[in-house]
Amino acid sequence: MPPILVPLTRKAVSLQIISTVVRNVRIERKFLTILNMNENNNIKKKQDEESIINQAATEEYRYGFVSDFETDVIPKGLNEDVVRRISQLKNEPEWLLEFRLKAFRHWQTMTLPKWGKVNMPDIDFQAISYYAAPQTKTSDKKEIDPELKKTFDKLGIPLEEQKRLSGMAVDAVVDSVSVHTSYRERLAELGVIFCSISEAVKDYPDLVKKYMGSVVPYTDNFFAALNSAVFSDGSFVYIPKGVRCPMELSSYFRINAAQTGQFERTLIVADDDSYVSYLEGCTAPMRDENQLHAAIVEIIVEERAEVKYSTVQNWYPGDKDGKGGIYNLVTKRGICRGDHSKLSWTQVETGSAITWKYPSTILKGNNTVGEFYSVALTRNYQMADTGTKMIHLGKNSRSTIVSKGISAGHSENSYRGMVKVAPNATNCRNYTQCDSLLLSDTSGAHTFPVIEVGNDSSIVEHEATTSKINEDQIFYCNQRGISTEDAVGLIVNGYARDVMRKLPMEFAVEAQRLLSVSLEGSVG
Amino acid sequence: MLKIKDLHASIEGKEILKGVNLTVKPGEVHAIMGPNGSGKSTLSAVLTGNPAYTVTGGEVEFYGKNLLEFSPEDRAHEGIFLSFQYPVEIPGVLMSNFMRTAINEKRKYQGLEPMSATDFLKLMREKRAIVDLDNKLASRAVNEGFSGGEKKRNEIFQMAMLEPRLSILDETDSGLDIDALRTVANGVNRLKSNENATIVITHYQRLLDYIKPDQVHVLYKGRIVMTGGPELALELEEKGYDWIKEQVDNNQL
Repeated sequence: MPPILVPLTRKAVSLQIISTVVRNVRIERKFLTILNMNENNNIKKKQDEESIINQAATEEYRYGFVSDFETDVIPKGLNEDVVRRISQLKNEPEWLLEFRLKAFRHWQTMTLPKWGKVNMPDIDFQAISYYAAPQTKTSDKKEIDPELKKTFDKLGIPLEEQKRLSGMAVDAVVDSVSVHTSYRERLAELGVIFCSISEAVKDYPDLVKKYMGSVVPYTDNFFAALNSAVFSDGSFVYIPKGVRCPMELSSYFRINAAQTGQFERTLIVADDDSYVSYLEGCTAPMRDENQLHAAIVEIIVEERAEVKYSTVQNWYPGDKDGKGGIYNLVTKRGICRGDHSKLSWTQVETGSAITWKYPSTILKGNNTVGEFYSVALTRNYQMADTGTKMIHLGKNSRSTIVSKGISAGHSENSYRGMVKVAPNATNCRNYTQCDSLLLSDTSGAHTFPVIEVGNDSSIVEHEATTSKINEDQIFYCNQRGISTEDAVGLIVNGYARDVMRKLPMEFAVEAQRLLSVSLEGSVG
Repeated sequence: MLKIKDLHASIEGKEILKGVNLTVKPGEVHAIMGPNGSGKSTLSAVLTGNPAYTVTGGEVEFYGKNLLEFSPEDRAHEGIFLSFQYPVEIPGVLMSNFMRTAINEKRKYQGLEPMSATDFLKLMREKRAIVDLDNKLASRAVNEGFSGGEKKRNEIFQMAMLEPRLSILDETDSGLDIDALRTVANGVNRLKSNENATIVITHYQRLLDYIKPDQVHVLYKGRIVMTGGPELALELEEKGYDWIKEQVDNNQL
């Protein structure tokens, strides 16, 4: 441990995390034999999803249990010393500290952006603690701290590899640090690197140096600058040339300590001819005050490689009166650098008080493919301003955007998107479908699409619909014996189906359940 | 099983049913005919609890229970099924998912465990054959992109799955060509038993060639003004409704 400038404060905090992914996987497996007998494999899946939805029909935000963790928290406030302190706590090399300081100095020149269709309150950045590390009793990463294990078991994410039925590797990030990464050895045999970004900085400095900040520079925006200055942990993935990653990689992020922010960074590099599917899930405790989550995700896709990035975001959304909840202000961007490469974003957003994120793709290579599939559900007083940017720089590049917004209660739900085709990027193709479903008279649905096409040979299409759930549909369900609440769940899941089916199976079930559960009491 | 006594109902303040009386026993098929606007579809909507209609008077008893006190879904659970005149499309909701939800909700109501996936698929396979629907049905969204004929066959398929005690077929023949009509009618006939009953609402005698009614009722101006055997339908086909209208309007019926 290096010398510490400011003494650590220790306090016990509550811990609660999302995600029942693994449990669902188990259910899927159990039915695998039946699956083979089906006339249609999809049916089975849908039915299991349905029964899970039904089971879950009585719950709200259910990750509210408390487990005692000793947590090291640095005092609130942000200045150069804090940035240095974080770097020092993480035992970082000089170049990274320099990176942080440059970002911090730049951030100080910036002001909080106000352009989103969200009612962003002024955030007091001095009232937040920028580093919180749960203390685990084992220093060896191979062994799992019992308290941590207990917590994750309760959340349905067993960290021990032998307990996992599906081949899915997990990086668990609690507050500011990665607490456990599974399956590392097995992945390492293939040359796949999957570890926390802190470890990557130590073990693979050249890769991190080469790619970090190359897609999202610290100058990009206010929150990107902030993240670059104070980021604490996150996941690092490197898939070497020609390797198809044999299992889903996933990260669980959770905010745990009070009055802290989470600033994680994810960096994914898919080298030539490689493939990886990456999943991300998140939750946070129920608290009356708002908490900040400002992440950066950077993805680099080289020639003929493919990356699939899926998110199920279930940060605490605040209570029914709009009190509390997470501000989810995230910069996610990928670049299809090599020709014929492909990047696909899928997101299901049901949590957070404010969501502000635009997973975007720069289609630099020729014949590249970018996809964005999104379901954003807002209710009560949630505000979501989300969408994507597809920047076509390569010839014959193609992009698809499917955005489904669902607004209930007093929420505001906006799609903001940009499709840009550079003059030299000939024969590009974009298709955008942007649908809004209103469940209440007091909610709002908005779309802000921008299209810039720099040549005549490219075709850009934009379709948009706004609808309400139709009473005839509800009555039809009622007549078949389905209650109105269940009917709304069914109809909304049907509406979102085009997006849900893009999720890996492990996530689809969870996402469907989440949609239905989140809707409870939202209609009427 | 069903006793309708002096039923009055209105929509948006306008009275449509003005004292309907009808008794249906297990094993029976009742046809309800009548000119446009006589209240045929209103009757089916009121029996199934469509919230757009208000019951302003009268009683409906179903197996001794006051049907009007039940929610639409509980009426379905009690065994009332409506084959819609215009089946509703629900985009993205797969038929398999929809039917499984419906069946398990009914089972829950009856205090039974949910049906296993295997049993459900078997049942679905068996029942869709009754109306010649192919194996793509399960993975198609509810009525989405269905042809007119497919929609009506899908209604009968759902009826077969849910095994209602009372089925109301609201203009199930409308928009069907003769082959589809036969398929639908054969399906209905195969589902008939001594325990269940059917109310067939139709404009035309044509459907009754295939589904033989025990009684034919003429609904006009919100009341059943004439009841007869199957021959009444033939007579209506031949003579139209004018003679009945005349008698009603002259207070002879």
